[in-house]
Amino acid sequence: MIADFGFGILVITFIVSIYGIIAAIYGVTSKTQKWIESARLAMLLTFPLLTAASLSLVYLLVNNHYEVRFVYEVTSRSMPLYLKITAWWGGQSGSLLFWSWLMSAFASAVTLRKWDRDREFLPWVIVVSLLTMTFFLSLNLFFENPFAQLWQTVSGIAAYTFKPQDAILFTPKDGQGLNPLLRHPGMIIHPPMLYLGFVAYVIPFAFAIAALITGRTDDRWIRITRRWSLVAWLFLSLGLVLGGRWAYDVLGWGGYWAWDPVEIAAFMPWLTGTAFLHSVMIQEKRGMLKHWNMLLVILTYSLVLFGTFLTRSGVLSSVHSFAQSAIGPAFFVFIGFTILSSTALLIYRWHELQGETQMTSMLSREALFLLNNLLFMGILVVCFWGVIYPLISELFTGQKVTVGPPYYERATGPLFAGLVLLMGIAPLSAWGHSTIKTLGRAAWKPALAAALTLAAVLVWFAVQSPEQFSNPYIPYAVVGTLFVAITTYITVYEVWRAARARAKATQEIFPLALWRLAGRNRRRYGGYVIHLGVVLMAMGIIGIEMFQTETQRSMAVGDEVAIAGYTVRYDSLSQFPYEDGRWVTRAQVSIFRDGQLIGTLAPRYDLYPDGQPMTIPGVRSTMADDLYVLLINWEGVTADIAPFKIYHNPLVNWMWLGSFIFIIGTMVAAWPDKDPEYQSARERRKAVATSAVD
Amino acid sequence: MKRPLWIILLTLLFTALTGSVALAQEPQPTPSDDAVNAIAKELFCPVCENTPLDVCPTEACKQWRALIRQQLAEGKTKDEIQRYFVVQYGARVLSEPPREGLNWLIYVVPPVLFVIGAGILFSVFRSWKKPLPEIAQPEADTPQPGGDDNYIKSLEAELRKRD
Amino acid sequence: MTENTPNAETPKKGVPTWVQVVIWIVLLSLLGLVGLGLRRAQQPVVAIGSPLQDFTLTLFKGYEYQGADSVKLSDLRGKVVVINVWASWCKPCEAEAPFLQEAWEYYEPSGQVVFLGVDYVDTEPEARASLEKFNITYPNGPDLGTRISQLLNRNMGVPETYMVDADGVLRYIKIGPFASTGEILTAINPLLP
Repeated sequence: MIADFGFGILVITFIVSIYGIIAAIYGVTSKTQKWIESARLAMLLTFPLLTAASLSLVYLLVNNHYEVRFVYEVTSRSMPLYLKITAWWGGQSGSLLFWSWLMSAFASAVTLRKWDRDREFLPWVIVVSLLTMTFFLSLNLFFENPFAQLWQTVSGIAAYTFKPQDAILFTPKDGQGLNPLLRHPGMIIHPPMLYLGFVAYVIPFAFAIAALITGRTDDRWIRITRRWSLVAWLFLSLGLVLGGRWAYDVLGWGGYWAWDPVEIAAFMPWLTGTAFLHSVMIQEKRGMLKHWNMLLVILTYSLVLFGTFLTRSGVLSSVHSFAQSAIGPAFFVFIGFTILSSTALLIYRWHELQGETQMTSMLSREALFLLNNLLFMGILVVCFWGVIYPLISELFTGQKVTVGPPYYERATGPLFAGLVLLMGIAPLSAWGHSTIKTLGRAAWKPALAAALTLAAVLVWFAVQSPEQFSNPYIPYAVVGTLFVAITTYITVYEVWRAARARAKATQEIFPLALWRLAGRNRRRYGGYVIHLGVVLMAMGIIGIEMFQTETQRSMAVGDEVAIAGYTVRYDSLSQFPYEDGRWVTRAQVSIFRDGQLIGTLAPRYDLYPDGQPMTIPGVRSTMADDLYVLLINWEGVTADIAPFKIYHNPLVNWMWLGSFIFIIGTMVAAWPDKDPEYQSARERRKAVATSAVD
Repeated sequence: MKRPLWIILLTLLFTALTGSVALAQEPQPTPSDDAVNAIAKELFCPVCENTPLDVCPTEACKQWRALIRQQLAEGKTKDEIQRYFVVQYGARVLSEPPREGLNWLIYVVPPVLFVIGAGILFSVFRSWKKPLPEIAQPEADTPQPGGDDNYIKSLEAELRKRD
Repeated sequence: MTENTPNAETPKKGVPTWVQVVIWIVLLSLLGLVGLGLRRAQQPVVAIGSPLQDFTLTLFKGYEYQGADSVKLSDLRGKVVVINVWASWCKPCEAEAPFLQEAWEYYEPSGQVVFLGVDYVDTEPEARASLEKFNITYPNGPDLGTRISQLLNRNMGVPETYMVDADGVLRYIKIGPFASTGEILTAINPLLP
């Protein structure tokens, strides 16, 4: 009953969306405001409708309606309530509905804004949003219906949307339950964050397309969507970070990022999105690079679609993939349509997108930002090509190949290092004009401090653990650390100088001056915070990627193994069932350093009733390093002998701390301003020309 | 409902325990786990996509690790073992495509595109009109560490304007 | 995917034709590539009724086919060829192994049917132990570089069995294990001349 209701609502939403598209286009061509208004209402109506459909699905999930195939596939009686709710996005069809629902929430929110000065954008923003939504709804309606029910017919049990002839409803006693790997808190919020990031990029894209179609190619669309793209970027970053944390906590291979095609697919829109956040400032301040910004928005959105397509179509196999599905061809057609039509539009309007200011030196901030864009695009090319090449190889030579971490690390390492350095230098440069001399004067003190810091670190290493110098990564680590130190010092120095100047000028105490300064220019100071987060992450990545050590040993009770100055002793093993049906095998190990007991860990593996094992590490985590102990079930655990795999991950917590700071910085930058966007572009630019701090 | 499942699991575990205790009493094979993993780390499981052999939990991968151990015991080098794996299971066991034939594309295309991009960027820089030094307004310039006074003055102006 | 930085020096000019041509070619070929990949992902298995591409199976030590230590598919024209892809780590393969051997013993005297065991990503000692355990006598060899299995099915999941008729045309596919010797015989008999 509820299932039929939900499906009915989906059908109605689909019709309403199509009506909205037609009404908006008709309204524009016939210049009738009431049709556009009607389209706007249709857009707004989709949100309550989809909310109703989603609530029906959640109701079915929570109340164990196993006659609905989706409910049967992703929940089971033993699952707690919150997992039953989050199972909503635990499978293909439910997550598609979730996507549509988020999309309609965003599109409705943007439809509700004041449109006084941008009337001409409205119908086209509606058209683009509704087109995307219609597409996702059609996937739900025609290929992956979350409300399809199980019917028993003469030929067996199968899922159908409508009752087949002579069929009776089949209700299994219990569901299959969510994949245990997906029951981790990180996995519960990681996909929605990623989806939020993906979906939110629809808005900048819709405005960009609206600007191209209407021919209103000033930077109005950028001002409207600036915060949207920042919010989308925030969620995307959060999604990526949470995904990494989930992998570190649950997957049991001592890492957080494996350069898996599906990870990269989510990373690529982040790369272009980051490039866009930077280059968009050039258009705001200097009226340049209009083509490039359009291109970046289109590229970002195309990559969002491409990433979703890769995950869901079965083109690439990966640990993250959804089961093989029929939506591939439909998705392919939609992506093709989106990419080709927006490219055509961009080429058509190319000559109208000319820049305004042209007086610029090669060391200006514009130039450095463009260099930053070049590096981001370089990383993008490496990633894209790495993902796509196995397809080429398979098609032309019939050989499957793996493009794994060594390729990506070698190719992107120098580019990332360049970005870190640029991150320090670019904020020192001025819009329009800088010279080596001005840059040098601003940078020499922090650079000197960085060199001294590096020397101190090296001396410390030489005294403390000279054996580290046999590590082949040392040269890279030295360069990386130097860049990180330079950027950190420059950034801190810049913030400190500005705050001190303000404190002097306004007689405020320093912390208050800093607070007010940041409050007045959130984007700039949020940006600095983000940069500091990134350098911390960079340091953590240098630590774990270049200095990680590991050992594996099958140990009898009482045996010890040494790694990186620690000694790990195997104490005992216990096995017991857990209330949700899994069987837990847990080892107890003691950690010693210099003969002193510093803690115990309990690595374990859980065997779920469906036979799926899950390896949970025992981790001793400090700012200096993580000791990550795995009880590896795959080598066969017995009461006497248990195999352990132990990783020593230096500085990995810097990465998590850095990503936390990064997210905080993004929130600061994205926080709504009191002053709305009513100041005209030109006024702003004039203000900028005379401004010293921005 | 739950009880029979536990019993099945218990018996399964018990058989697993008794079964592998016998195995565990065998002497430790000569090449250490670490030596095996050092090679397995750089090989990918031929059946499960994108999973390095050293952390792959399947039965097949366990056999492959045993194979590496055996070949190490026979005195084979890392290169020889890798070559053996490629012949047996195809190029996809390597963590990167071997540098031959069409595979050169993957190593050549990104740098070429990057150089083209850098070239375009450079031509854009050149097309920008350079501001003459006297036109460039010093107050619009970056704050200079030597001249904090200047900096403070402009900052004050800025703050006044914004307040 | 190139860094298409805008060119600021050409006021009021559109995109030069040659650049447009390059853009469209690059975009369309990328889409075409992904499209082909998608088609392959959607139809991973070779189609029934099409001639099977030729391959050579190198046999394990102790196995031979008419005195040679390898078998070429095209040399088997005129005979029905049963290609069974298996692995020692695959439990269902063990279940069907006796049926296959029994069927082979049934057809061997007639000389009209050839069985080929293709050992998919396996380790040789385990594979040979498994062959010994089930007394498999028909020609058997490793799928070197997974070339043979890739011809048959992109997403190979053992066991799978493919039957080629006397003209070299693929006529029968079985994904998963056979449940009985009878099932194998019923599949082969219609292909016999």
